[in-house]
Amino acid sequence: MRTLKFLLRKEFLQIFRDHTMLRLMIIVPVVQLLVLSNAATFEVRQARTYVVDLDNSSASRGLVQRLVASGRFDVSARSSSMALANEALLSRDVSVILNVPADFERDLVRARQAPVQLVFNAEDGAGAAVLQSYAARIISGYAAELGQLRPTFTTLEGATAAPAVVAAPRIDLRTRGWYNPELRYYDYMVPGILVLLVTIVATSIAAMNVVREKEIGTLEQLNVTPVTKSQLIASKLLPFWIIALVDLTIGLGVAKLVFDIPMRGSLLLVFLAAVLYLLAALGIGLWISTVAETQQQAMFISFAINMVYLLMSGLFTPIQSMPTWAQWIAELSPVKHFIVIMRAVLVRGASIEAVQVPLIALAAYGAIVLTMAARQYSKTVG
Amino acid sequence: MNALRGFILKEAHHILRDRQTLTILLLLPLAQVLLFGFALRTDVQNVRVAVVDAAPDYATRELRGRFDGTTVFEVVTTVPTSAALPPLFERGAIDQALVFGPRFAERLANGDAAELLVVTDATDPNTGSAMQAYATGVVQEYERELSLGRATGTRILPQVRMRFNPTLESVNLFIPGLIALVLTLVSALMSAISLSREKERGTLEVLLVSPLRPWQIIVGKVLPYLVLGVINVVTVLLAAWLVFDVPFRGSTALLFAECLLFIVTSLALGVLVAAVTSSQRTAMVGSLIALLLPTTLLSGMIFPIASMPAWLQPVSNIVPGKWFILIARGIMLKGVGLEHLWRETLVLAAITTLVLVIAVRRFDIRLESS
Amino acid sequence: MNRPENVSGPAPPRELRLAQIQPAIEVRSLTRRFDDFTAVDAISFDVQAGEVFGFLGANGAGKTTAIRMLIGLLAPTSGEARVAGHDVRMEADRIRRRIGYMSQRFSLYEDLTARENIRLYAGIYGLSDAAIRERTETLLNRLRLDSHGDTLVRSLPLGWRQKLAFSVAMVHEPEIVFLDEPTGGVDPITRRQFWEMIYEAAQNGTTILVTTHYMDEAEYCDRVSIMVEGRIAALGTPAELKAEFGASTIEDVFVQLARPTAEIAAGMAAGSAGTPTSRTMPSG
Repeated sequence: MRTLKFLLRKEFLQIFRDHTMLRLMIIVPVVQLLVLSNAATFEVRQARTYVVDLDNSSASRGLVQRLVASGRFDVSARSSSMALANEALLSRDVSVILNVPADFERDLVRARQAPVQLVFNAEDGAGAAVLQSYAARIISGYAAELGQLRPTFTTLEGATAAPAVVAAPRIDLRTRGWYNPELRYYDYMVPGILVLLVTIVATSIAAMNVVREKEIGTLEQLNVTPVTKSQLIASKLLPFWIIALVDLTIGLGVAKLVFDIPMRGSLLLVFLAAVLYLLAALGIGLWISTVAETQQQAMFISFAINMVYLLMSGLFTPIQSMPTWAQWIAELSPVKHFIVIMRAVLVRGASIEAVQVPLIALAAYGAIVLTMAARQYSKTVG
Repeated sequence: MNALRGFILKEAHHILRDRQTLTILLLLPLAQVLLFGFALRTDVQNVRVAVVDAAPDYATRELRGRFDGTTVFEVVTTVPTSAALPPLFERGAIDQALVFGPRFAERLANGDAAELLVVTDATDPNTGSAMQAYATGVVQEYERELSLGRATGTRILPQVRMRFNPTLESVNLFIPGLIALVLTLVSALMSAISLSREKERGTLEVLLVSPLRPWQIIVGKVLPYLVLGVINVVTVLLAAWLVFDVPFRGSTALLFAECLLFIVTSLALGVLVAAVTSSQRTAMVGSLIALLLPTTLLSGMIFPIASMPAWLQPVSNIVPGKWFILIARGIMLKGVGLEHLWRETLVLAAITTLVLVIAVRRFDIRLESS
Repeated sequence: MNRPENVSGPAPPRELRLAQIQPAIEVRSLTRRFDDFTAVDAISFDVQAGEVFGFLGANGAGKTTAIRMLIGLLAPTSGEARVAGHDVRMEADRIRRRIGYMSQRFSLYEDLTARENIRLYAGIYGLSDAAIRERTETLLNRLRLDSHGDTLVRSLPLGWRQKLAFSVAMVHEPEIVFLDEPTGGVDPITRRQFWEMIYEAAQNGTTILVTTHYMDEAEYCDRVSIMVEGRIAALGTPAELKAEFGASTIEDVFVQLARPTAEIAAGMAAGSAGTPTSRTMPSG
């Protein structure tokens, strides 16, 4: 224990002396959290819309007005030429074209149904799909509104409509979005990005720290002293374990104060999960340091590993949408389990029983990865 | 010029000798294409549904069957009361729940409003709203079929066209961004590290006293990475075309020219990072934070720029990757040429020139003062 | 250069002391292979306690591999070695407590101060806090570094750094010290001071095994072994070796041994015609 004390003192002296690295480990993650949380969103803001209204009737104007009133669409140009509209779409001046054909109102009244055309720039994929679902909801709402107003139409057109059937089957459909009823992206992304930042500190920076001593030669010097392998490993990993936890604490503070993340569950549970997760993450960092000879290699290997882990973790894209084989790979990633726990506890207020499966998985990963990495370390280094 | 050639060859040897890094550099792009192509989708699939149905009847069974029949939904469990739902959601066992009201079929037949509540886990707002929209669609379709033949309300039929990417295939969108990411990694990061390593070890001073001029040293250092960058671009494009059938609607020659421009941009950024940092370590972490993360998250590669808050959108303008992605998507998906992309190309060229000038100048100063 | 007077004077007859104690290092047929390449080929020698033992050889002759086996960084392929009475294979942990090591690569932390480096290693070797304080001051005092104790090692001149590294390797007063090319790249005056420190340590009973490129340094050793291609080609006191090979300097002995095997022979021969002292061996 005394030896470990001296080794730890040395590590902390070195860490606190290197102001650049310290800044990179403490301040930069906070800045990243602030910026990236805003960037990582599929939320659809106002879409610039090109309106080609060939009917120019009260019904078509009403439709455009409803779209604009929703706040999701914004008429930025109109003409009666589809060719011009297409050109605007190609040069990204608009992202949606609404084309109301001639006779829209007449068809609505006579045939009780009429088509409109919506053209989306699907270059942004996800955004277009969300926008489409908004448009569909607004349009069907407008149609229902028109249906109730039908008497007005009949008088307007002078035609008589069949009386409404009293016993039409109706489903009173209500929808509820639990846990995040206002659909706030921050609630979803901030816990995930926090995981990302903590992971980088625990794997890349820890691995590079060990490899640096290898490169300089001081590691060999330590290996001929009575310092045992486990003391050495502990002295290398503990500081980053602590720094990552400090990062997490600061990050949670920012999440609460700046982004107003709900934090419905127990923070203690979050830290318990973090403590276990970081063991696995540091184990991966330690393993990288046994494979890499130079800091450059360490960085590339950790980048390659982190990339696969993070992309497969459900941080940015839903895991349930992945093919089954990919979901199995995701299952093998400790990052996935930690993100699941973070979101479940912070956003849904899950209890320890609800997250016991991923929690046990994390503990198992931590134990296995760290043991294997430590064994590999003892075998290859020195 | 002979000295320059020898110097370039020496640099190439360095790269070829470090097998481990070389393998990563060559395989990483391929792994990324496969990952993005096969595994990552921003659309919604395999939604796990729980059904709360106290008294099943033909209508609830029919509706339930319709959910199960789609490729999107999968009914995984049936529970008697909605009190059982929260634990299921918290465990992450279900994504959505259908809660049927009492006497569902009877009310439907009588023309009373039959009650149906759709509860969605909206933790992820994007997936949440999409799931909600899909579920609403299924219920409305059922309602419409029930009332078929009977005159009911007015309907407007939206005909939706998704231009440029009709199937909303995620991989089509990712490929241009992926090229930007790979080039940032290989061209910018690698050249930054390689240059700063020579600075750190003092070997750059040895080169300085040689007859090579500073710009020749920089060219010699980055040229091999330009070749690596080209190889990577070809790998990514080939994989995209052969494995994922990503469309190439526009001119391939133009696409390559733009890729080359972006490689030069990345190399210039790499030199700049090496010029302003003092050690390998800061060069690495610095370029990771200043180059790689913005290229992933601020370029529109995964998250649409239009979705970002107003204050952040202008920031994305200084990310070269953003302009490259606009150009590459334009050429590949829209099939447009320079007539629509000259603005973006000009911006990218301007950024490149600016970075190049600053980088070379900073480097000159650094070399003279050291 | 001759052996520094001030340290060799007051000591009791060295031969007498050496004979009484069991060997500090015993090596029997020690061998290490890397795939097909035999780096160290069945070497055997003893080093007596308190002896300054020189380990000479061209680059790649196997010196560093041999040392790494003795200090437990590398497992031998075959053969036996005992350091301070302990088997290198089975009791590496016990050996580590009793030896010091200074490698050719720089072994101090450049981003720590002199004081912090001493405290770290003293702490690792289990010195008490009081002992650490006392040793730190003594060491800094002896190195005339008192005013620079809180200077980062990075900012110290190379010569001081090397002397400090030696002191740090000696901080726990080990029985045996392994020095792997300790004087590379320093000026002749610092080298002389360095050797004075080595003698002082030997005087206090520490056994020293030192590898070097400088042939004049070989003359300072009690005994020298010359390694060629993984084998010990010659072993004895400098005087014995010179007599045996009919040479006037150890450098000449070395050139004779290395000539038939190495391509560097031509370069060596040309170089040896010049100044006979202070020449580094060309690397091969």
